[in-house]
Amino acid sequence: MNDSLILRTSAPLLLWLALAVSIFIVLRGHNAPGGGFLGGLIASAGILLYAIAHGRDRAMRRMRMAPVGLCGIGLLAALASGLLGFVTPDTPYLTHRWWFPGGGLALGTTIVFDLGVYLAVVGTVTAMFLPLLRK
Amino acid sequence: MVDAPSWLLLAPLALAALAAVVAAFLPPRTAALLGAATAAAGFACYLAGLLALSEGGRITAPLMAVPSLGIGGGLAADGLSLLFAMLITGIGALIFLYSSAYLAHDPRLRRLAVMLLAFMLAMLGSVTADDVIVLFVFWEVTSLTSFFLVGFNHQDKGARQAALQALLVTGGGGLALLAGLVLVSSAAGTTSISGILAAREAVLAHPAAGPAMLLVILGCFTKSAQVPFHFWLPNAMAAPTPVSAYLHSATMVKLGVYLLARFNPLYQDEAAWQAILTWGGLATTATGAFLALRETDLKRVLAYTTVTGLGTLTMLIGIAPAQAAIAAVTFLIVHAFYKAALFLVAGIVDHETGQRDISRLGGLGRSMPLTAAAAVLAALSMAGLPPFVGFVAKELVYEVKIEGGDLAAVLLAVGFLVNAAMVAIAGVLSLRLFFGPLRPTPKAPHDPGFAMLAGPLLLAVLGLLAGSLPGLLGARLVDPAATAILGRPADAALALWHGLNPVLALSAATVAAGALLFVCWGRLVPRLRGLAFIDLLGPAAAYERGLAWTIATAERCTRAIQHGSLRGYLRTLFAVTAVAVLATLLFRGGLALPAFDPTGLDARALAFIGLIVGAVASATAPTVFIAVISMGLVGFATAIIFLVFGAPDVAFTQFAVETLLVVIFAAALVHLPIRRRSRRTGPERATDAVIAAATGLATTLLLLAVLATPYDRRLADWFGAESFPAAHGRNVVNVILVDFRALDTLGEITVLALAAFAVTALLRRGQEGKTP
Repeated sequence: MNDSLILRTSAPLLLWLALAVSIFIVLRGHNAPGGGFLGGLIASAGILLYAIAHGRDRAMRRMRMAPVGLCGIGLLAALASGLLGFVTPDTPYLTHRWWFPGGGLALGTTIVFDLGVYLAVVGTVTAMFLPLLRK
Repeated sequence: MVDAPSWLLLAPLALAALAAVVAAFLPPRTAALLGAATAAAGFACYLAGLLALSEGGRITAPLMAVPSLGIGGGLAADGLSLLFAMLITGIGALIFLYSSAYLAHDPRLRRLAVMLLAFMLAMLGSVTADDVIVLFVFWEVTSLTSFFLVGFNHQDKGARQAALQALLVTGGGGLALLAGLVLVSSAAGTTSISGILAAREAVLAHPAAGPAMLLVILGCFTKSAQVPFHFWLPNAMAAPTPVSAYLHSATMVKLGVYLLARFNPLYQDEAAWQAILTWGGLATTATGAFLALRETDLKRVLAYTTVTGLGTLTMLIGIAPAQAAIAAVTFLIVHAFYKAALFLVAGIVDHETGQRDISRLGGLGRSMPLTAAAAVLAALSMAGLPPFVGFVAKELVYEVKIEGGDLAAVLLAVGFLVNAAMVAIAGVLSLRLFFGPLRPTPKAPHDPGFAMLAGPLLLAVLGLLAGSLPGLLGARLVDPAATAILGRPADAALALWHGLNPVLALSAATVAAGALLFVCWGRLVPRLRGLAFIDLLGPAAAYERGLAWTIATAERCTRAIQHGSLRGYLRTLFAVTAVAVLATLLFRGGLALPAFDPTGLDARALAFIGLIVGAVASATAPTVFIAVISMGLVGFATAIIFLVFGAPDVAFTQFAVETLLVVIFAAALVHLPIRRRSRRTGPERATDAVIAAATGLATTLLLLAVLATPYDRRLADWFGAESFPAAHGRNVVNVILVDFRALDTLGEITVLALAAFAVTALLRRGQEGKTP
């Protein structure tokens, strides 16, 4: 627990802001600067700031899952996003699939892959640096 | 005549693999019996294959082809392969049956059965492989399974050491073999064994033909315990007796002999091949026979006689005439029969009396008559007395030696002494053990049940039958195998009675000398044991010294390199980087300066000023804290440079990283003591300055050289053009990351996740260590 009242009050708000921005950065990554790596770093910064203000254990509780769990889910998501490539013959693994529901919208399995990258980055950074912080 | 179908080769391997998996979930005794059934089924397949085999024919089957690595794969079996495969499965079935009773009340029987099945699979793969890579893989698996089987009693330190010794000797030889096989197959242009044998001229004309041959011989000599690598075999007797009988007598140690025989058509006319095999084999027979006379431990005596047997086989392959190949195959069969039988008898004696020292055993025949019968029959074959098949083999070997040209005198003299020793040991193992005065033993002995008696009795009786019907043995088994060894048709006219000739006289003299030696055995052994210098000078002592030296050197290296000082690691890293880059640039002509155009400079170049200020500030920072902040300045300046020079994505990420670093340092610095002054001494600071300057210089020169090479825009243009049409994204960097190069990204996040797992595990261990 940090002594600074300002930090303790603002850290939860900044956490939500960081998470929202990070998701936005991931989603827009395909067409504008951004992506899973960047989003993951921003989210990690928010979580670490929260942990500095309120202690490591409380941050861990709010994550609801061990950091390595996030790594695992991210890795599985990225691995699974490539499997749809096998739906048609002669297309290799990690050939992404696209769906165009109309209105200029394009949905692809690339976003599943990028979210996988995002989770893996968040999991790795928090796994490595949360233990450095005080309880 | 149509050759047999390929499933006859695949089925035994598939069955053994399946049985090994299934056996792991069965009750121990059932697992062993499943192994026996699997081996018997395999035997039936190979027997069917042999009966269907046409003159000089082969059975082939596809397996383990890896075309992308140039490995054709495939199985093939001719007479030689099928003979080995039948010995492996036939004796294997008896061994499984024997084990089910030998370790009847031991829960580890299941593990033994699974390991033996894996071993059998590897052996069968080795002898039926038609590809040197497939052969090598199976060959190594036999070494590995041997390691686990020798170390079966892993609570025993001696067993662990023996297992390691067997693995290091045969594994080291395996590496030599791999190198030899790679050389041979690259000379032949194929990894197929039949292809290599067909490309004989090309292989022999290759510049590295000599070393390749020596490497193959080295691999075979270690596996088959030839001098000077014979020492691991007696130590491997730490394994349970069924394992010793199977691996270290009947099958695995003969794998080296098998490969020598397999490659004999290639090298048989080479003088070096003939000389090394003949003299190496002869030395091995003599060494084995002599050392066997120094032992009183039942299993070690048998191990040394096995060394002698293996030496005989190697020697016979080395001797060129066709008769030698026939003698080798006949002796191989004979040896497998009597030696496996004697090992199993030794296991019974050990199991029933609790005593393995021959000098404390005697008169067991009264309480275990059936065991005695098996022992006597096997020993008669070993001694080479008619009408046993051992006699047929010994006559053949003597015949070959008499025809040995200039070498005949030496071969005969050594052969005579070795055979006399074998006669004496056969007498010790049968007459002394089972007749004469009864000596008290820890347990009261009696004949074991059917499962343990079946093997030795059957093998011993087979020795008698085969000796009585040598014609059948010759036509059906010896001919096809000898044909494979020679690479041309062989015709074995095996017979029990060769008439009154010098060979028969020699046989009679051998038996007489052996009988004399047998009478003196009790007095001879202690005297030979007294010759302690043999233990000090032997290759086993060299192995011990070599192993100790290797471990000590490894420890010294680790202490020197893994010293634990983070600062030291960084110094090493940067120094190596600087030296490597500078040396490459200077000595390989990499230095180049790009054309410099000062008019191209604009306001964006000001961003570099921040970089320089940050670098100078961090280099001269009085405290760690200031150094960290200065490095932050460098990082943000770098991000700005990325931004103004058109890489917004990278700049964005760089900003995020720098922000994160500030947070992390803020968290970490709380734990670190911040000193006002650095603790480095003057010379240390000077060294660090030199290393830093060299690294900076190297990096600068490297970047200048990179800039001097013309920029190839093809990839950038392609990604720029294809990004939207092919991948529906306008951010080329991200499209490359998640789509075009998604597999690379997948690899990167896998590395990240693994690092996270490792850190978590390490930190958790550290915390556990702290809790009382």
